[in-house]
Amino acid sequence: MPGAPLFSFEQVSVGGPEARRLDGLDAALPDGGLTVVAGPSGAGKSTLLRLCNRLEVPSEGRVRHRGEDVAARDPLELRREVAMVFQRPVTFAGTVRDNLREAKPPREDDDALAELLESAGLRREFLGRDAGELSGGEAQRACLARALATQPRVLLMDEPTSSLDGEAAAVLERLARQLVDDGTPVVWVTHSQAQMRRLADHVLLIAAGHVDRSGSAREVLGDGR
Amino acid sequence: MGDDVGFGGLAVSLVLVAVALAIGWRLRLRMQRDLVVSVGRAFVQLIAVGAGLAIVIDPKTPIVWSWLWVVGIVVFAAATVRRRAPAVPGLFWIALMANGATATIGLAVAFGLGMFPVEGRTLVPIAGMLIGNSMKSGIVATERLVEALSERRPEVEARLALGQPWSAASRPIVRGVLRTALSPQIENTKALGIVFLPGAMTGLILAGVDPVDAVLVQLALMYLILGGVATTTAVTALAAVRRLFTPDHRLVALPRSTRDTG
Repeated sequence: MPGAPLFSFEQVSVGGPEARRLDGLDAALPDGGLTVVAGPSGAGKSTLLRLCNRLEVPSEGRVRHRGEDVAARDPLELRREVAMVFQRPVTFAGTVRDNLREAKPPREDDDALAELLESAGLRREFLGRDAGELSGGEAQRACLARALATQPRVLLMDEPTSSLDGEAAAVLERLARQLVDDGTPVVWVTHSQAQMRRLADHVLLIAAGHVDRSGSAREVLGDGR
Repeated sequence: MGDDVGFGGLAVSLVLVAVALAIGWRLRLRMQRDLVVSVGRAFVQLIAVGAGLAIVIDPKTPIVWSWLWVVGIVVFAAATVRRRAPAVPGLFWIALMANGATATIGLAVAFGLGMFPVEGRTLVPIAGMLIGNSMKSGIVATERLVEALSERRPEVEARLALGQPWSAASRPIVRGVLRTALSPQIENTKALGIVFLPGAMTGLILAGVDPVDAVLVQLALMYLILGGVATTTAVTALAAVRRLFTPDHRLVALPRSTRDTG
């Protein structure tokens, strides 16, 4: 639907009455740029992100992706369109090449797979490396390449740098910015104020399952971001 | 000493239970109560079962009672599997189907192909051995399945996030679970006669049957049990894993451990 938000959340609750992770949340994420979802631990940031690719479903309310009800979409198709990089890198047994093939990319030859690796900042030589022996930063970039192998139209990143050192985190931030510049909207969850200020085009602040503030980075964070 | 152990012989065997109790007390394992309960419970259960069996397998008792006994074993096995992995919805029916299929196939081979005569004294113990072993593997498979899916949730969800269906996302875990559940029986079969003399053969030899005849009976039973274990384990694990995913390919909430600590 043209002009519709990338994702909209209409009175969305997750969890039972005793343990609500989101509680009647209303929000819209703009279709474009890098949106940072931030808030304290336990605020419901990851839950909100997982609603976007249906790894989680709301107990009440509705989630829409570009105007379309997520619940009406084929979940497998939706997940290939809305890819996700998780907090901790999870590599599968085998080589990096095997990992990329698990995502069933349109082309599985080494040239195509090397291109995917390059878009995640890894050299071609990594294709034959045992995925279990990569460093944290390398593994997270391999996971990014694997997520990109489905040719997604949106990328969700759930605190992807929380287990990485400063240098590896900076590489991942640069890659995310590159993807946004190339036209893929990114939704990035973080609890780091500094990271939010570095990355955000748009901001959604949530606290205790509710929206605290939302808008452009300038509106929410002020000129001195 | 004659063929019968008798209650005197049974009392003598309690010496080793006393040794186990002493070890438990010395090492402060706090298992003495469990040990005493298990010994007492086994005594009462087996005496009751022995009395029941004596009636059921009596040649004058209609064979239908033996078949009903077999049905009872299958139902009890299914209830036991369900109790050990309550996180799997509908596990009783899955285990009932798996153990029922194993019993049907195993007994059809054992009696349909004329390996044994169809009598209460053959039907009940063979079904017991077949289903008892299958039940153990079924329990290992379901417990391990729930634990592995819970421990490896991040990997499963990473696969689901790539658009893999539940069957593909859980496949590496199911394979590992099947290997874990089947390997003890395969190892048992490999070590047969070298490491241990299995129950049926030992019983027959103790009862004065020619060892070669006892070996043939035992081999036939081991092959049946191996097939039964493989059937039950595969049916239980494959049906159970389906129940642990929602129709829209999400992994359900699972407890961290299914170990029965009670």
